[in-house]
Amino acid sequence: MTGTQIVPGERAIALLGGEANDANLRRYLHGIPGVDAVGLEQRAAGLGTRSIKTTSKAWALDRIIGLIDLTTLEGADTPGKVRSLVAKAVTPDAADPSCPRVAAVCVYGDMVPHAVQALGTAHGDPDQGKIAVAAVATAFPSGRSSRSIKLEDTADAVAAGADEIDMVIDRGAFLAGRYGQVYDEIVAVKEACRRADGTYAHLKVILETGELNTYDNVRRASWLGILAGGDFIKTSTGKVAPAATLPVTLLMLEVVRDWHRLSGEKVGVKPAGGIRASKDAIKYLVTVAETAGEEWLTPHLFRFGASSLLNDVLLQRQKMTTGHYSGPDYVTID
Amino acid sequence: MSFLEYAPAPESQAILNLRDSYGLFIDGEFREGHGTPFASISPATEKHIATIAHADASDVDAAVAAARRAYDRTWSRMSGADRGKCLFRIARLVQERSRELAVAESLDNGKPIKESRDVDVPLVAAWFFYYAGWADKLDHVGLGAAPAPLGVAAQVIPWNFPLLMLAWKIAPALAAGNTVVLKPAETTSLTALLFAEIVQQADLPPGVVNIITGAGETGAALVGHGDVDKVAFTGSTSVGRAIARSVAGTNKKLTLELGGKAANIVFDDAPIDQAIEGIVNGIFFNQGHVCCAGSRLLVQESIHDEVIDRLKTRLSTLRLGDPLDKNTDIGAINSAEQLQRIRELSDVGEAEGAERWTAACTIPENGFWYAPTIFTNVSTSHRIAREEIFGPVLSVLTFRTPTEAIAKANNTPYGLSAGIWTDKGSRILAVADKLRAGVVWANTFNRFDPSSPFGGYKESGYGREGGRHGIAAYLKTAAPTVALPSATARKTVSKGATK
Repeated sequence: MTGTQIVPGERAIALLGGEANDANLRRYLHGIPGVDAVGLEQRAAGLGTRSIKTTSKAWALDRIIGLIDLTTLEGADTPGKVRSLVAKAVTPDAADPSCPRVAAVCVYGDMVPHAVQALGTAHGDPDQGKIAVAAVATAFPSGRSSRSIKLEDTADAVAAGADEIDMVIDRGAFLAGRYGQVYDEIVAVKEACRRADGTYAHLKVILETGELNTYDNVRRASWLGILAGGDFIKTSTGKVAPAATLPVTLLMLEVVRDWHRLSGEKVGVKPAGGIRASKDAIKYLVTVAETAGEEWLTPHLFRFGASSLLNDVLLQRQKMTTGHYSGPDYVTID
Repeated sequence: MSFLEYAPAPESQAILNLRDSYGLFIDGEFREGHGTPFASISPATEKHIATIAHADASDVDAAVAAARRAYDRTWSRMSGADRGKCLFRIARLVQERSRELAVAESLDNGKPIKESRDVDVPLVAAWFFYYAGWADKLDHVGLGAAPAPLGVAAQVIPWNFPLLMLAWKIAPALAAGNTVVLKPAETTSLTALLFAEIVQQADLPPGVVNIITGAGETGAALVGHGDVDKVAFTGSTSVGRAIARSVAGTNKKLTLELGGKAANIVFDDAPIDQAIEGIVNGIFFNQGHVCCAGSRLLVQESIHDEVIDRLKTRLSTLRLGDPLDKNTDIGAINSAEQLQRIRELSDVGEAEGAERWTAACTIPENGFWYAPTIFTNVSTSHRIAREEIFGPVLSVLTFRTPTEAIAKANNTPYGLSAGIWTDKGSRILAVADKLRAGVVWANTFNRFDPSSPFGGYKESGYGREGGRHGIAAYLKTAAPTVALPSATARKTVSKGATK
């Protein structure tokens, strides 16, 4: 999968009318209309009441599987664990060969070679039914290290065959108002995503919304991530609570929709962490379809960062075909 | 099929156990009416639901007499705590039967099930819970020592929120110790009759609540009845005027909650996505059949095009259709007559030079429907900017400064509600202070709570429903009770308006 061809930085300069420094970014980001928290949460709750039944539900469950970044991000990860995760990604439901594959596996940088090897011929673009390898980088999850280390971390993962890089922004710098620094870092990481052949690995910019705290901050960080050249904006690392919530995802989808109105470019959104039930995942699909549009429900524009969600979707899927619920022992643990 | 065409998700009607015909609920039991019964139909399908009894003058007499007996013999003598228990029982029964009531309401009124289920019925229960709590505290809230009930209340309610308006009327009246005779609107009697069953279930003394059904003349006979002490009406301004005339010179106390043409003011620093939601909720909630609907959108000129653009995109996602489908956003227009009026005024709008835009929706074959419509390029002198349309039709006007916004918002014979959208708290307070409207919402619209007084200025009526003011309207009180804005605040308003 290849990232956007736009030279990072052009987006911003065109919009800001000048260099992407602290002053210009501040002027722009603080000029964006505010977010009314009560109204945003009401709208999200309203979207959550959509009732998705029968054929729509069957379609939704299959699509959710195809949008999952199946994730393992543990200190205890081993090549064996990653191989097992890959096997699950390729064949989510051993009892049903018609079950779609997930979009990608998401691992730490040092596990990328193992993931690539385990995937073999299944490795490739999720749009073509293959599975991508996503790596978290830039001193994930805290992002607290020097820029050179972060760039090295990114380049390493790309060299090892990662198709997608999930980077974290410097929340400390963002909250201190040093928007230029956050911007420069995303641009630099994007550059580190460049492969030898000149193409770019897909860049997902993790905002860690749980640390940004306010919806106004989330909206500004979303714009910042897009201006700096992110292909995706992603809610969270999964290591900080609260992780993905429906209102936060709705807000980010509104930014992506507005960016599309403004530039014609499509940027993806990835809620990650805390989405465990099919019922919740369906609410996200509804929110995507009614905010950004149905065309966003493809792997290069929307992902779920999740691990346990897959099994719940499989159970629901089995229930739809057999008419009764089975139990956790009828799906594989990983 | 695309995902957004969500598969049908209809709420089951199996929970409803309707009778073929309903009588009048007088003195604790159902009895035949003396008028010619009429049919109640579903506005979404035009199918017959049930036959409803028609009360004539003799039935009105019987109902008022039953209410008087119940008032004299039991209800006015009962302790506040015991009245409260009755109201708490009603509230809990409403919750227990909430799904059934929601289905009946959507079937009979045409409103989407998601609104009857998530807004109407929960608020009905909330209203009874709230006023149940007042029943034993009347001596201690500054309404004078031992405030006394008025007696028999005649209550006439509209068809837009049939059960909710019933709750707004009955809950405070009973809590204060009055007995009631209530007449629901002709097209939406069903849930009031189900409520009569709840009154039986709750074991209220016979005659405390009487429900008589019929059309305009039944209502006129009720409010004109000589043995009624209090008249409460919600509905159109023209009927309200007629009632005010018929009550003039009598000892009857009167509260009127009438029409509206609310301004929803969007400043250029508004939280834009939430403002769009608020505009949609303001005028397309309940198909615009809301007296406090935000039917005049006043948007600051600098963001007019962007707001309209976003609004159209948003309206294109609204789903019009079967009110009982859980994904329906816009239900049916309540009656052929109302649909005719909406069409007429919309045509006038077009003829006057406003620009009409209608969301692309498939209109079902049967039933009464009107697709969400907005008019841009509307001037204050257009009829669609002056008259209440009471349908899913929004008139968009612009303003340049806060002073102009306030002047335009106040330039209406009505004054029921208004909305303000801005990120600036001080502007909310400054503008709200100058708006002549009974309810002012800030960064939200169409939110209701039993503790919050609701009512109008000017032709939107007088008196307040909800909160302490709502119960004061059903009591003889020693101290002044009507807490409209203070005299000084009103002076400021008129000064601001004439500038």
